[in-house]
Amino acid sequence: MEKKQEILDKEQMKRALTRIAHEILEKNKDENLLCLVGIKYRGMYLANRLAKEIKTITGKDPQLGALDITLYRDDLTQVAEQPVVHATEIDFDINGKIVILVDDVLFTGRTVRCAIDELIDFGRPKNIQLAVLVDRGHRELPIRPDFVGKNVPTALSEKVDVLVKEADGEDRVYKIES
Amino acid sequence: MKILIKHGTVIDPYNKINGQYDILIDEGKIVKVAKDIKEKASKTIEANGKIVCPGFIDLHVHLREPGREDKETIKTGTKAAIKGGFTAVACMPNTTPSCDSESVVNFIKEKAKKSGYAKVFPIGTLTKNREGKELSEMAELKRSGCVAVSEDGDSVEDNFIMRQACDYAKTFELTVFVHCEDKKLSENGVMNEGFMSTKLGLKGIPNKSESIVIQRDIEIAELTDVKMHICHLSTREGVELIKNAKKRGLQISAEVTPHHLSLTDEACAQYDTNTKMNPPLRTKEDIKALKKALKEGIIDIIATDHAPHLESEKDVEFDNAPFGIIGLETAFCVCKKELVDTEDITMQELIEKLTVNPAAIIGIDPPALTEGSSADITIIDPEKTWVYEKKDIVSKSKNSPFIGEKFKGKVETVLVNGKIIMEEGLFI
Amino acid sequence: MEKIKKTNIIWDKKDLLGLEELSAGEIELILKTAISFKEISERSIKKVPALRGKTIAHLFLEPSTRTRISFELAAKRLSADTIGISGSGSSILKGETMRDTAQNIEAMKVDMIILRHSASGSAHILAKNLKAGVINAGDGCHEHPTQALLDMFTIKEKLGAIKGKKVSIIGDIKHSRVARSNIIGLCKLGAEVTVCAPKTLMPIEIEKMGCKRTYSLEEAMRSADVINVLRLQKERQKKGLLPTIREYIEEYGVTLQKVEKFCKKNIVIMHPGPINRGIEMSQDVADSDKAVILEQVTNGIAIRMAVMFLLSQYKQK
Repeated sequence: MEKKQEILDKEQMKRALTRIAHEILEKNKDENLLCLVGIKYRGMYLANRLAKEIKTITGKDPQLGALDITLYRDDLTQVAEQPVVHATEIDFDINGKIVILVDDVLFTGRTVRCAIDELIDFGRPKNIQLAVLVDRGHRELPIRPDFVGKNVPTALSEKVDVLVKEADGEDRVYKIES
Repeated sequence: MKILIKHGTVIDPYNKINGQYDILIDEGKIVKVAKDIKEKASKTIEANGKIVCPGFIDLHVHLREPGREDKETIKTGTKAAIKGGFTAVACMPNTTPSCDSESVVNFIKEKAKKSGYAKVFPIGTLTKNREGKELSEMAELKRSGCVAVSEDGDSVEDNFIMRQACDYAKTFELTVFVHCEDKKLSENGVMNEGFMSTKLGLKGIPNKSESIVIQRDIEIAELTDVKMHICHLSTREGVELIKNAKKRGLQISAEVTPHHLSLTDEACAQYDTNTKMNPPLRTKEDIKALKKALKEGIIDIIATDHAPHLESEKDVEFDNAPFGIIGLETAFCVCKKELVDTEDITMQELIEKLTVNPAAIIGIDPPALTEGSSADITIIDPEKTWVYEKKDIVSKSKNSPFIGEKFKGKVETVLVNGKIIMEEGLFI
Repeated sequence: MEKIKKTNIIWDKKDLLGLEELSAGEIELILKTAISFKEISERSIKKVPALRGKTIAHLFLEPSTRTRISFELAAKRLSADTIGISGSGSSILKGETMRDTAQNIEAMKVDMIILRHSASGSAHILAKNLKAGVINAGDGCHEHPTQALLDMFTIKEKLGAIKGKKVSIIGDIKHSRVARSNIIGLCKLGAEVTVCAPKTLMPIEIEKMGCKRTYSLEEAMRSADVINVLRLQKERQKKGLLPTIREYIEEYGVTLQKVEKFCKKNIVIMHPGPINRGIEMSQDVADSDKAVILEQVTNGIAIRMAVMFLLSQYKQK
């Protein structure tokens, strides 16, 4: 039996993102260097929203990009399903920039590793920081987030499902026990 | 030793017999054909439900010996013949050296006598070394035992030489076997010219490269009054020309191979080099015309053009593979499936095209189950289903497009000169 | 920004032998995948680790410069290790059968083989004898699938779609694997294809492949959205298929004057290269803004990366 437990609802999700936006600006005083790169797909939608939040605070649009990490996966030959390659869209120079990498769930850290590797192929940012909506633990690599919407303790057998309006029609985060 | 074949369905086209008879054989000859023979024999073959007919004769076989004993020998080639129900084969002269002298003819005859399973009739060359330049010594060839002359895989290009060669062959009443191909029109071609060759990007051989030379050879036959035999006819155009020539009363005969009756150029789709032969596999329309011509007697015989090639020679790019496939072991079954089971012709007609007709073309005694004639007999189980598998091929080469094919009807027992050579599919 | 698109086309092929073997959906999957790969070549570090640790052998048994370089670049940009084997002869290595060669390559644990060969069907024979994937980089007069795919990618980029577009292929259709692959691929995606050549360079029954044919260059140019001009090998004249090169230029050479007179204003002009400038295509056409010949070259790398990536994802059942 599948058991669903709500972790964040629509309002809580919005508040978490607003808070992260503030934290980003607090930590990084020079907003001109700031750019957001979301990991496809849900990280990309969350990065869009963070960009809007930042604009309402600073009045300026931060630069925005999206990464498809398929080609950087370390498990390409093992995955059962066929990976689908999508385009990476970073149409600005990341050299010397502060890049906020955005993803929905931080789990083993392997996706973030891919994303960092890919980002570095685009240039040499001043630094890279990580913002995630949910940190569920169980890291397999020495990676830690700089900004977290919510820390959620989970068992390995559990799943965390982030729904975003742009892709799924609603904003909600579930923990699923199976 | 007396052998009695009992209760078989005897089909003897020469004597127009088709019914259940017993056959008694003694000292290599047929001594009696009658219902219910009571006489004691040292060996009795029960043939109830089986077809008993004269042994088949294949007028177009490449035994490769002398010269290419790695591909086939007189021993293995004639063994393959027996497996397919052929008690006699005529072998083509494109050996090394080519069969253009008494010494080569004698070599073949001796080898056949010593190690052959079936009877072998050599065919000599039309010109020396098949070069199309000087006439071969046809009187000597005839005297030493050649039943016909042929340039085999080539047409004599020079019309003048062709005319002289045919006139000279006529002098000794030798039938001229012709391979009809305009090598300029078919240059570098590897398959039939048509949609399939376009699609596969392979160079085509047009139908007309065959018919253009058939027409030339028919004219020469008329000019020289020679008996002419058209080998491996593959085109509907060729059928029309031969039909007209026969109407004009010319002494023209024609053969078709089992593969040209059963496969089309679509078989080349996977670049299987066992579908590469010359003439190439043609189209459905050609098959239709060939079958009709066979029924109407425009085409006289079925011959295999058994052409063994090594696996290593065939296991290359389509362009670089040699032409030809083996055919002795599958000929009857392919023909039964494509002609008799489809009711295009009757079993008796098929046997006629494998026995009486070929014998008439090379002028040997008609194969018949007549009292006193040589006991060359083939016994077939028409109901037995089997799969043609590579491991069962007795020919030295395995280049057949029919491997894996299922057939109904199998040659079981074969006698040559009253001796059982193969019984129930096993060689004695 | 693009939305999540679920694709239900699953790549289940070990080899890319020709467009004949692919469905319209599979062709579209390659074209779509190539969009992502095109961007990689724009980066300062033009490399992704997708095929790290894989070995790709380039077996070019017929002279070719640009296709070989394009495949090598594609492999390298995917981080694969590449080895090049070139040469000529009837069988791949002297005295070896196709199967020997295949088994030898297999024994060296090569993951993928790119084959260019002068004999039609050679890629099929190799693929049949091999567990490793085979990409046909041109076999005789048969197929050259990646060239047709990059042509289609370029058309899609320029015109937004392939369906309903009129594409005329002009030149030596008879000996052209590029023409065959283009006809097959374009027809599968719903384009209207016309082929144009003198009858001596026109393969028999070509219209059964689903295209129209014409002997008139004017007719081929008039209705077209795209013209794809093929290279004329000068040996064709010596083989007696053409009286003179001069007459070919006069009748079938694509010049700016003819383009302006007969073609639509926004015509797209392609050429698989290398161009015989002044023969099948005049200098001014090749250099005009209607010609997309260099874009084809760029797109070629993206297409080949996409194909290599998809084949590398094939799972043996």
